[in-house]
Amino acid sequence: MSEKYLPLTVTIGVFCILFVAGGLLYPNFFSTLVIGNILGDNAFVIIAAIGTTFVIISGGIDLSVGSMIGFVGVVMANLDAAGWHPLVSAPMMILFGAGFGALVGVIIDFCEIQPFIITLAALFLLRGACFMINLDAVPIRHPFVLEFSDMGISLPGGGWLSSSAIVMLVALAVAIVIAHWTEFGSAVYAVGGDAPSAKLMGVPMRKTTIKIYALGGTYSALGGVVYAFYTSSGYPLAGTGNELQAIAAVVLGGTLLTGGVGFVAGTLFGGMILGLIATLINFNGSLNGAWIMIAGGLLLFIFIVMHRFLVGSFKFRTGS
Amino acid sequence: MNTQTPSPKPEQPATRLPSSGGAPAGRWLALIRHRLVWPLMALALVLIVDALISPGFFNVRIVQGRLFGNVIDIFYRAMPTAMVALGMAVVIGTKGIDLSVGSIIAICGAIIAWRMHQGDSHFVILLMALAAGLACGLWNGFLVSVLEIQPIIATLILMVSGRGIGLMVNLLYGGTNPSFTSPLLQGLSVGSLGLIPTRLIVGAVIFFLLWLLVRRTAFGLFLESVGGNAKSARLAGVNARFVLLSAYLISGFLAATAGVILTADTHTSDPVSVASNIELDAILAVVIGGGSLAGGRIFLDGTIIGVLVIQALTTSILTSGLPPEYNLVVKAVVVLIVLLLQSSNMRAAVVSVLVRRKA
Amino acid sequence: MAAIIELTGISKAFPGVRALDHVDFGVEPGETHALMGENGAGKSTLIKVMTGALQADGGTIRLAGKEIRPESPGAARAAGIGAVYQEVNLIPTMSVTKNLTLGRLPRKFGLIDWGAARAIARAKLARLGVDIDVERPVGSYSVAIQQLIAIARALEDDARVLVLDEPTASLDANETERLFEIVRDLKARGLGIVFISHFIDQVYRIADRITVLRNGRRVGVGTTEEIPSLKLVSLMIGRDLEHIEHQRPLMDTVASSKPILTAKGVGRRRLLEPFDLELHPGEVVGLAGLLGSGRTETAKLVFGAIRHDSGEIRIDGHHIASPTPKHSLNAGVTFCPEDRKSEGIVAELSVRENIILALQSRRGWLRLLPRREQDRLTSEMIAALNIATPDADKPVGQLSGGNQQKVLLARSLVSNPRLLILDEPTRGIDVGAHAEIVTLIRELAAKGLALLVASSELDELLAVSHRIAVLRDRRMVGEISGAEATREHIIQTIAAS
Repeated sequence: MSEKYLPLTVTIGVFCILFVAGGLLYPNFFSTLVIGNILGDNAFVIIAAIGTTFVIISGGIDLSVGSMIGFVGVVMANLDAAGWHPLVSAPMMILFGAGFGALVGVIIDFCEIQPFIITLAALFLLRGACFMINLDAVPIRHPFVLEFSDMGISLPGGGWLSSSAIVMLVALAVAIVIAHWTEFGSAVYAVGGDAPSAKLMGVPMRKTTIKIYALGGTYSALGGVVYAFYTSSGYPLAGTGNELQAIAAVVLGGTLLTGGVGFVAGTLFGGMILGLIATLINFNGSLNGAWIMIAGGLLLFIFIVMHRFLVGSFKFRTGS
Repeated sequence: MNTQTPSPKPEQPATRLPSSGGAPAGRWLALIRHRLVWPLMALALVLIVDALISPGFFNVRIVQGRLFGNVIDIFYRAMPTAMVALGMAVVIGTKGIDLSVGSIIAICGAIIAWRMHQGDSHFVILLMALAAGLACGLWNGFLVSVLEIQPIIATLILMVSGRGIGLMVNLLYGGTNPSFTSPLLQGLSVGSLGLIPTRLIVGAVIFFLLWLLVRRTAFGLFLESVGGNAKSARLAGVNARFVLLSAYLISGFLAATAGVILTADTHTSDPVSVASNIELDAILAVVIGGGSLAGGRIFLDGTIIGVLVIQALTTSILTSGLPPEYNLVVKAVVVLIVLLLQSSNMRAAVVSVLVRRKA
Repeated sequence: MAAIIELTGISKAFPGVRALDHVDFGVEPGETHALMGENGAGKSTLIKVMTGALQADGGTIRLAGKEIRPESPGAARAAGIGAVYQEVNLIPTMSVTKNLTLGRLPRKFGLIDWGAARAIARAKLARLGVDIDVERPVGSYSVAIQQLIAIARALEDDARVLVLDEPTASLDANETERLFEIVRDLKARGLGIVFISHFIDQVYRIADRITVLRNGRRVGVGTTEEIPSLKLVSLMIGRDLEHIEHQRPLMDTVASSKPILTAKGVGRRRLLEPFDLELHPGEVVGLAGLLGSGRTETAKLVFGAIRHDSGEIRIDGHHIASPTPKHSLNAGVTFCPEDRKSEGIVAELSVRENIILALQSRRGWLRLLPRREQDRLTSEMIAALNIATPDADKPVGQLSGGNQQKVLLARSLVSNPRLLILDEPTRGIDVGAHAEIVTLIRELAAKGLALLVASSELDELLAVSHRIAVLRDRRMVGEISGAEATREHIIQTIAAS
């Protein structure tokens, strides 16, 4: 097997082990119900993380994910109060996400500066904008939101695939097509693998950078829409720290933070591992929420060290 | 369209700068080029705006035997961030970054609350909190210097799990976040020595010690050489591993100091929300102070000015009557302006506009 | 025969440098044309103009008689001019297929048709007689295969010109031979090949014609018969070789004194076979050999920048258990690396800080050299080595290559070494600085320093060395001194197999 798939295999392996372990520990764990719930509850983070996957494969980083989720929710809630149909405001917010991301990409390209600091400014800007609009949670009362959360597919074994999960899976499928069956997708891998070579090979750097962050913005905005529907509200603090969860999901999904190597599909499993840990800890009941953070950090540590040695062996053979 | 072509790189990229000194124009240029000019101008700008919108902004008075006033307040509130930012400046100088400072503060706070509950001597507790910061720095330093993991990734681990560790420590005594009083710790944090708040003295002493370490020993040169080019530093006999490790130790220790001050200030440990986003403020301060995330230079004085710019912004938003929610947006706009000013493309664009106008 | 590509009167200037000055260059179909010149002669600028990576200030490019103005490497490639650059070429983390088809991926219904892409990739490689798994990442193949993949990528179906910039730099003899077969094959198919290499013997094996550039001007053109190697070298360096020969030290052995450093059986598995070396005060020992023969590795093993896993190193008769750069510096051994940018200078730091770095690390972090002492040493060095810098606080990254090299020398010298190890001390610097450094090496030896000098330029070694150790294929194959030390003898030693 090619070493390319090794990180992804480990990710899926870890997920299976955790799931089986849960099944052995708790009677009702091993079911489609739990899987369905994990998919539904974490759909918004996984959607945002899919966008982050592209950014990280290209060698960049996007810290504005969580703020975008919060901002989208707050604006949608206010538009709802103003009488807008969610099916109008949602596409508008997704377009906003794309435009905002594109702007971030333009600045990164123009200033030739680390994406870290620019997306940090974007984090401040969007979160601050949330607070400027609302200080408290605003409900979204449109009946469509209720209908949306009632939609879904029942799974064999009593499970339920909610509409959020379905949106996430569709978004994932689109992302897989973009990553692996478009010229742009190849350009993302090329830029992250070796930017100077990519440039010499004729990859349009500026266009690619802008598109990458626009895509990241689109997916985080979509995550925000799903979250707003999921909670039927807009809350200015919503999504705080979700950028970290998204990055963690990407890393646990087998994408190298050094860029160039990774799979969008892995991010689904990375996000589900995080969800699985939270579910396991909740099932236990006696364990505190702190364990979620610590277990997340521990897994992150293991994966990062593993990737570190994979890259090490990879580089040795490249001879560079 | 020149996006597809590699930028033409002359074989000798040395930019020819006009000789400084001599002519008055040259002296002006030298002054404009001084690295502290931009951060100081930013600070001055904020303060001038303050003075315009609230006339009494610079008033300082003595209340209960202690200095009070907006200017004192800026220093007072900036102190914890300043500690963290100084550590960040050192780490960024080595081409690194420390995302875990907020988590370190949370852990220190939890340890203080826990040991208070256990009834340890307060001085021992202070030492334990600082030791915890050093231990966290050691962990980060180990990942970066020994395992050679990228700093942003390495410190992400503690960032993600650190607040959880804080919560766990709190669980050790029930986790009810009881408030505590400690003459020693609160004396350091909210007390005052004569007219001056103690934490400003603590901050000044730490700044001075760090400055001594960086500028009056060769340590700063080693840090900067490792940040600029770790390979050549190693070949020139610098123990790069030790230098990197020390940088994260320093950052951990300074974050712990901030943790002591903040925890004593709130009288309780709140691992989830204490010092949230402090790493971002600290990084921002370093960048405003002229530091580059590409490493190789440490500007302690610039960093302090950067922290003051950020805190002055916050304070002036509060005093101007604007809702505090504007704070984040204003901060974001400031970052963007600073970044645009620092970018060579932007400078080139501005210069070309000016030249065209002259011609 | 009409030229397939014809560059006429090409000029290109960069701020402060005239990189190309009315250069003419043409390649005929079925011809391999070598482009020769020292570093900074204008070779890379010329091929960048030819391949669209740079735009010329003046002159014309004609491809098969038609004037073209390639605006990007992509446009040039589409027109039929392919290029394989020296360093950056491929993306190691991506599959061979993607590397070969990026930018021209075949599509079906708007999406990439990977089956077709793989077929294209295999076909491209098949033209070069390469059959590998195109799904594996490029980084998992040897450098030689990567080189062939790069060539496959550069060749469009209707390619007419192929530019190879130092293609053999990291290939061994067999790999080079395979590459040459492919080049001959392409030539037979009527392609014009531009070949750039610093291996003079390879040029005579593969090239039909040679164009020599010096300081941005064409100083010679002719068939390989018209320009024999001695003439080629003298055209390239623009000096009489005899002149250098005259200046040679007498190659007499230095009065037998105690060696400063002795290496016995020092080596490292898969890197360098064990070797013996003795360095005496006042003696210059040269390290000769082709690129990749182990020159740099020898220097680094002696200095301790690479750990040896066999043999022992003694300094002043004391056994050094595990030499590190720090140990060596403390014992008075200093090292100037070959790769100035990545291993030498700290570009952000000032000239002063760069110069005192090694001395300071020897003193330890607590005993900071007083500022006045720093300034004194720096200005002394700036004067002694004639470093062209407006002041000592200028960031060293802003100096020219030659001056950066001098700063590195200064860093070594200021710590008062007894043994100085120089790896390619004159690479990429102008002729003036070159001569200054050669003179300096002699003066230092005369003062009683021991020097170990690794260089790819044989004449330079002959000009400064008392003894020359010759390396081939990561093995020290001989030590030459006295009357034996002639160019011919050393080349024979290198070439003997």
